[in-house]
Amino acid sequence: MLLFILKRLAQVVPVIFGVTLVVFLIMQMVPGDPAIIMAGEGASTETVEQLREDLGLNEPLHVQYFSYIGNILQGSLGNSLKNNQPVLDEILIRLPITMELAFFSILITIVLGLTAGIISAVKPYSVSDISVMVVALLGISLPSFWLGLLLMYTFSIKLQWLPVAGWDSFAHIILPAITLGAGGAAIVARMTRSSMLEVIGQDYVRTARAKGLKEHTIIYKHALRNALIPVITVVGLQFGSLLGGTVIVESVFAINGLGRMIVDAIRTRDIPMVQGGVLVASLVFVFVNLLVDVMYKVFNKRIDLN
Amino acid sequence: MKEDILLEVKNLKTHFITSKGTAKAVDGLDFVLKKGETLGIVGESGCGKSITSLSILRLIPSPPGKIVDGQILLHGKDLVEMSDQEIRKIRGNQISMIFQEPMTSLNPVIPVGEQIAEALRLHQKLSRKQAWEKAVEMIRLVGIPAPEKRAKQEPYQLSGGMRQRVMIAMALACTPEVLIADEPTTALDVTIQAQILELMKDLQRKIGMGIIFITHDLGVVAEMCDKVAVMYAGQIVEYQTTANLFKTPLHPYTQGLIGSLPKLYEDQEELQIIEGTVPSPYDYPTGCRFADRCPFVQDLCRNQQPEIIHVEDSQQVRCWKYTDQWKEELVKEEVIL
Ligand SMILES: Nc1ncnc2c1ncn2[C@@H]1O[C@H](COP(=O)(O)OP(=O)(O)OP(=O)(O)O)[C@@H](O)[C@H]1O
Ligand code: SF4
Ligand SMILES: [Mg+2]
Repeated sequence: MLLFILKRLAQVVPVIFGVTLVVFLIMQMVPGDPAIIMAGEGASTETVEQLREDLGLNEPLHVQYFSYIGNILQGSLGNSLKNNQPVLDEILIRLPITMELAFFSILITIVLGLTAGIISAVKPYSVSDISVMVVALLGISLPSFWLGLLLMYTFSIKLQWLPVAGWDSFAHIILPAITLGAGGAAIVARMTRSSMLEVIGQDYVRTARAKGLKEHTIIYKHALRNALIPVITVVGLQFGSLLGGTVIVESVFAINGLGRMIVDAIRTRDIPMVQGGVLVASLVFVFVNLLVDVMYKVFNKRIDLN
Repeated sequence: MKEDILLEVKNLKTHFITSKGTAKAVDGLDFVLKKGETLGIVGESGCGKSITSLSILRLIPSPPGKIVDGQILLHGKDLVEMSDQEIRKIRGNQISMIFQEPMTSLNPVIPVGEQIAEALRLHQKLSRKQAWEKAVEMIRLVGIPAPEKRAKQEPYQLSGGMRQRVMIAMALACTPEVLIADEPTTALDVTIQAQILELMKDLQRKIGMGIIFITHDLGVVAEMCDKVAVMYAGQIVEYQTTANLFKTPLHPYTQGLIGSLPKLYEDQEELQIIEGTVPSPYDYPTGCRFADRCPFVQDLCRNQQPEIIHVEDSQQVRCWKYTDQWKEELVKEEVIL
């Protein structure tokens, strides 16, 4: 098991390098000259030239890349072109907000998805099953900005139960987390249902019945544990698209998280900020995947060897 | 003796109602199991042995399966009529079952000790600790070394033979009155098979339970069973004591089965194999279901289904050959010739 984790960690290293390379190349590809942006409109040619020299933009590409990597290894993601503050400082303020949003969203994905999936699987083709699956289908097809606006309109504006936007209290978290977690919940529900139905037909579930166990014990103790194994992978994948979704949801609900930071930075051409944001988001994604892989392995080793 | 009767199955019919039609997997079964007795059920693949055993515990997948008729009496109480709650109290407690598939019948993610202990907590109301100790004791009893260690392991860490032993330990944990063993040893190699059979006999002597032993291996029947029911196409075609069955098999099908056994001490040129195939449970012929494969078949057999008849006191057979009509039929034929 330790060996497996070390191996997976070793595989992560080239991935991270790939990410830095892509992020680095973004800077090269976007139109506009960072030096001009930083110097501001109407700066003299000399100032811009001086800035370009200072930023190392006259060096060959690979030298720039290696100095970029060197900086990262020293814990520096460069300075914002807008206010010249370290990018890392800004990210460290924003990241916890996004992680908090992601955490509650994935919680909703898991809790809602599993519950719905189990309700469906226990009585397949019943009214409750069909209604759950119709709602799940809606959940998958609704775009999240639309769902976000719908929720906001209903619960914040009409009913006034919850705040419209911002990030000050727990009440602020609820609507964005539902918006972001709903799509995943729908996918998890469908996966849980099909996985449960398959497991319920297995020989060991019949053995559990033959022991005289109650239906409740059979479902939660004998079936669910096995049915969860494929669901773990789906949750892991959902976390990826969920991170992507933060960009939209943070914009809809005006939350100052990492996603919104990246969007703002793109709009203002603050390239180091974009790079830093994307790099950190990618790292989070890579490590979450690593975690999911390890969990899957832990759960699945019994199945593999069967 | 009436009070010795544990289980009595009367006219049991279990059908599968599917889009392809109705499969009469079990179609009118009668047998009796007494205390301390082992009843063998033999027959070709698909004749309804497993469906019979699953019917007794009401474990038929439904839909499409359904017990459409008959009674299953445990100490005179009908299991077919019981509520779900009542039948749950019997499952794993008074009637236990060992399944055909040892590799897939244990839960892959639960330690085997716990899989035994949970039934003990449920039926015998033992505490967690007591149930665990009893589970370890059961694992020791079925002859698995280092039971304390094994109990904590999950099925993938055990060999096939050990898993089947665990299944036996699980089935016997609550000292059932009836044990249904559905081909408990077919998946295992010969040495382990012999050990497990020995173990079952040994435990039967200790506990005094009745065993329904399902197999298609007549060698195992000879070794294990007091009585045998031979099944063909969802029905019993012959029912008598094991000793008699091997000495004087009555039904042409049984004769074929026994004839196809390789005999060690006799010169036998070639094995007798019964030609032909079993009729589909979706579409049985009107007359005798064995007619297409029977060397003795007459018009009578094709026109009308034979009933079970008692030849001697304890010998029962479903075949026209042992009836008075048969003699008349033969006389008729001779007249025509
Ligand atoms: N789920 C099902 N749906 C429809 N028909 C079924 C189903 N399960 C069993 N049957 C029918 O019941 C018949 C008897 O099956 P059963 O499993 O009892 O055979 P068996 O005697 O145990 O055979 P084997 O020796 O191969 O275990 C089969 O031929 C099949 O047609
Ligand atoms: S009833 Fe007729 S066909 Fe059927 S087994 Fe007896 S002799 Fe053969
Ligand atoms: Mg079978």
